[in-house]
Amino acid sequence: MKLIKILIIFFIITTKSFALIEVDITRGNLNPLPIAVSPLFADKDSNKNFSEELKIDNVGEQISEVVENNLKRTGLFNPLERKAFLQNPDLAHLKPRFEDWTLIKAQALVTGQVKFDNGKLRVEFRLWDVLAAKEMIALAFTTVPNNWRRVGHIISDKIYERLTGEKGYFDTRIIYVAEQGPKTKRIKKLAIMDQDSFNTKYLTLGNELVLTPRFNPTNQMVTYLSYFKNLPRVYLLDIETGIQEVVGDFPGMTFAPRFSPDGKKIIMSFAKDGNSDIYTMNLESRIVERITNHPSIDTSPSYSPDGKYITFNSDRSGFQQIYVMKSDGSKVKRISFGKGLYGTPVWSPRGDLIAFTKLHKGKFYIGVMRTDGSGERLLTENYYQEAPSWSPNGRVLIFYRETKSNSKGEGFSAKLWSIDLTGYNERQVPTETDGSDPSWSSLLSN
Amino acid sequence: MISNKILKNIFLAFLLSFVLSACATQTKKVDSQMQGDVYTGTDTVEYLATGVPDRVFFATNESVLTTASRDTLRKQASWLRKNPDITVVLEGHADERGTREYNLALGERRANSAKDYLMTYGISSNRISVISYGKERPVDSGSNPLAWSKNRRSVTVKAN
Repeated sequence: MKLIKILIIFFIITTKSFALIEVDITRGNLNPLPIAVSPLFADKDSNKNFSEELKIDNVGEQISEVVENNLKRTGLFNPLERKAFLQNPDLAHLKPRFEDWTLIKAQALVTGQVKFDNGKLRVEFRLWDVLAAKEMIALAFTTVPNNWRRVGHIISDKIYERLTGEKGYFDTRIIYVAEQGPKTKRIKKLAIMDQDSFNTKYLTLGNELVLTPRFNPTNQMVTYLSYFKNLPRVYLLDIETGIQEVVGDFPGMTFAPRFSPDGKKIIMSFAKDGNSDIYTMNLESRIVERITNHPSIDTSPSYSPDGKYITFNSDRSGFQQIYVMKSDGSKVKRISFGKGLYGTPVWSPRGDLIAFTKLHKGKFYIGVMRTDGSGERLLTENYYQEAPSWSPNGRVLIFYRETKSNSKGEGFSAKLWSIDLTGYNERQVPTETDGSDPSWSSLLSN
Repeated sequence: MISNKILKNIFLAFLLSFVLSACATQTKKVDSQMQGDVYTGTDTVEYLATGVPDRVFFATNESVLTTASRDTLRKQASWLRKNPDITVVLEGHADERGTREYNLALGERRANSAKDYLMTYGISSNRISVISYGKERPVDSGSNPLAWSKNRRSVTVKAN
């Protein structure tokens, strides 16, 4: 669980030159950029040491595979087959023979090497523009060998950032609810995994029902709903120490928690006497503030990234709709006016959009709208899906989808899915068991 | 005017009987267990005592008690008055066709609407606690309107 510091020894981004390749991420990409990820080279001694320490062979190749898979999943890149590569990895890293790479139609090339250095993993990599025959990035850093997958994610982030002009989302984790068993007695546990579905760890044992986990801005804490002792309350969990505590002392159910963007407050719903309103609790001062006061159901609150506004859903109009208000609860304004019911609004990390779940004529949609409610765009339609969560760069949404069951309850499943903001690149996010309520962390290394 | 209205009614009645007779027997069975979309059957119902059903059912997105629900709750209230030492938990539930967080609130609202009714029949609020399970604990795991109607419920459970 421990996030190990990554020591950046040097960091050079070579000067931008003219006419370098660029990837447009604002629309669905029908022509993903052909990129060759030459396996990171390791000399014999290093390989032997890594094999002993990590119990895996060819860690350099494995890191490159992490990179390839990350890039491939974006739908923006087309990593080329290694079999076709003509130049050896060590030579390519020193000085690529660009003709060889042009021949196999690569437009970008990633090269690098790993070394076993006093028990540490030292990695170097370069990104090349094949057509312009120019280096675009050169970067090296040192970390503990166990961190090798993260090395792959950090390299992927740097490549993505250099080629798209926006931050990546690979060195991140997903917290979600792992589900097992029949619908009527579903067992649910908190689970955390890398964004690429590796390194799954379970944070609770499944003795009590847990729902809706969400990271704090530094990704060390999680707030979620637990039915511990059959009292549904919002909890706080320190991922590293495993210490859990109940948030506040409310005489009834608290639910739908999220952190404020500065991580100092938890915003949530508190239900009493059939009425749910939105409250905040400051985690340092323990001061509780009531934000909404209305005899309707007010829930699923989410702050704008600057902390000045809150979006939430309420049925004060008679049906579940999305509202925006100032963070003190004033100036409440309804923003969803389309046909159907709207729920689970989540403010984009870029600040310009709100993602939501919509129910209309028996179908569920994940969509986005601007923060004034204009420009509604539905990204995906299904039998059941909800609870979008943004990638830290605001380009991808992760959510969960359930399938229909027959009268015996057979055929039911709950899975995590992701889709690009463009509405393209919809894909299942693999989990060891069924999964729901995903929440995307921010970038771990920054 | 009048004859027009009668004609229209006759036409509607004719149309309705035609539609009903056209339905398969299976559908009729389902219909007989639902009024609107509120469950009226007894498949899942358990009894707190003889003649005292443990649960009431709701329409989609609603927490309003139906006539049948009020009848059930009056029976529960009279049973509670006869057994003054018993305390109960009202468990509020929703069907699977709604977002998780909203459904938690909806379950709480449903259980409270049952609680309020018991209180108007003289049951002290300190004998009744409320918990919402949202859509987390369906009784029927099917994905069909009848299953959903059974799951939209408030169940009175003995707590001691």
